[in-house]
Amino acid sequence: MKIIVLMKQVANKDAILRINKDQTWIEESDLSYEVNESDGYALEESLRLKEKHGGEVVVCTMGPARVKAVIKDALARGADRAIHILADDLPRPSPFAAASIIAGAIKDEQPDLIMSGLQSDDNSYAQTGVILAELLGLPHATIVIEVDASGEGLRVKRELESGWYQWYTMPKPALLTIQSGISQIRYATLKGIMAAKKKEIKEVTPTIDTNAASHQKVTKIYFPQKQKQTQFLGDGDAKAGAAMLADKLRTEARII
Amino acid sequence: MSNGILVFVEHRAGAINKISYEAIAAAQEIGAKLNQPVSAVLFGANFQDLAQQVAAYKLDGVVYADNEKLAEYTPDGYADAMEFVVRARDPFLVIFPHTYLVRDFAPKLSARFGKGVISDCIRAQMENGELVFSRRIFLGKIDADVVSNSDAPVFATFQSGAYRGETAEKGTGVSVETLAVEVGEIRMKPEPAFQEVKSAVDLTKAEIIVAVGRGIKGQENLQLVEKLAQILGGEVAASRPICDAGWLPIDRQIGSSGQTVAPKLYIALGISGAIQHLVGMKNASTIVAVNKDPEAPIFDIADYGIVGDIFEVIPALTEEVRKLKG
Repeated sequence: MKIIVLMKQVANKDAILRINKDQTWIEESDLSYEVNESDGYALEESLRLKEKHGGEVVVCTMGPARVKAVIKDALARGADRAIHILADDLPRPSPFAAASIIAGAIKDEQPDLIMSGLQSDDNSYAQTGVILAELLGLPHATIVIEVDASGEGLRVKRELESGWYQWYTMPKPALLTIQSGISQIRYATLKGIMAAKKKEIKEVTPTIDTNAASHQKVTKIYFPQKQKQTQFLGDGDAKAGAAMLADKLRTEARII
Repeated sequence: MSNGILVFVEHRAGAINKISYEAIAAAQEIGAKLNQPVSAVLFGANFQDLAQQVAAYKLDGVVYADNEKLAEYTPDGYADAMEFVVRARDPFLVIFPHTYLVRDFAPKLSARFGKGVISDCIRAQMENGELVFSRRIFLGKIDADVVSNSDAPVFATFQSGAYRGETAEKGTGVSVETLAVEVGEIRMKPEPAFQEVKSAVDLTKAEIIVAVGRGIKGQENLQLVEKLAQILGGEVAASRPICDAGWLPIDRQIGSSGQTVAPKLYIALGISGAIQHLVGMKNASTIVAVNKDPEAPIFDIADYGIVGDIFEVIPALTEEVRKLKG
């Protein structure tokens, strides 16, 4: 089974974000990056399927040179090769533009399965995978938390809201977007890291103009307005803060 | 010339989703601002009764798309049906509630119109004659204003809580137009939806919840949180990453994929406050947040905040509460 995993590099979850002068995006100069969380789970699931059923795992990522870090890490964990769509960081493509570019980059691959995380932790559009499936004419399932590929087609467990689940069957090839937590993610071994150095990373350039294909435009970004007047306690002193909080919970909120 | 707003109404197990009324409220408000008629659409096989319920709202029309293949949700079926309705009605704006079901098929639909969805919006306002949508990005840390720069139709989804369902205006009743939609081959076959073994803990009944997030760093540190919960007489809960890591069972998870709670006191420890978590707890009467990042979105909804290291704050707070309780 040949599996393509779409992985995105995003700002580190713990990074303190600053907004750039033009309010068009965040200040990226000293930002640290990591792999998008659910994409990491998509990679893990594809490696497990490969181990069970044989085949190949191809990582595909888009972005400037820095996203090589995501590729190298995925290759070290066990992916077989990679496609790097070299694209400038700006303009940031809309989900339709991103899906169109990816469709162009993987058109000769003929995968049995394409997997991605369910959404990115930066723009959170949660659409690129589904749009890609439509562009390629493939059936899809989103928010998948279990994959059974032992039969002719696929049987996948989808997460619904409020603790409900549902199984779907569909033919291959198909596209799945994976929910975080589907399995425990492995670490790269030293052997894996050494082996990764010999693996192929194919660089391609986008076949379409990202600007032309964007149908929605971010006009400005800003920090959200507070919904509540938060009383900040302790002024950096944890002990004092805790004491004031306990007192407030007793006298103001009347809970203790 | 494209005209009007179409709002998608979702139903499950024979009932209209509560968030669908929020979508109706959103469509009514935007329709009033733009002086545009609003119609609702829902799908199914023999669900006319539900269409009648929707017709009680102040709308300019209700379209009920009937087809046997729409008896159960599939992305193929819903995308075909919605494409049929959108092409037939030619609206300039199509509004959906941002549910897991909509997330599954709306991008597929929009792709057929050569575009994506302006997804998960928290509000929409007119600015200089242009409809500006706002969405939350970077796990809730930043807001982005977004405009469409394509031709009609524009597809947009609104997050749960963006509008209030009870503000959806009732009307004098409109007639339901039943549309026999064309639906092609359905490639995916659903099995009946089910719940995992019933939750051992019903967090919805807890008056005090002490919830922990990524900031706790390791399973071995959970005992700190358990001690605080115990002294307060509350339940321990967690954000998704903690349950994903297997440090706490999934029935302790708060948020869109877990339980939705509204306790008297909710203490969020080392939880940054991603939207998926906030929707599960924002209605708590008193919210306390402890986080080392002063910009963490959890502080936006907190009544009391401590910016600091949870490993210092938790033991100190436990001790203070112990003193107060004598």
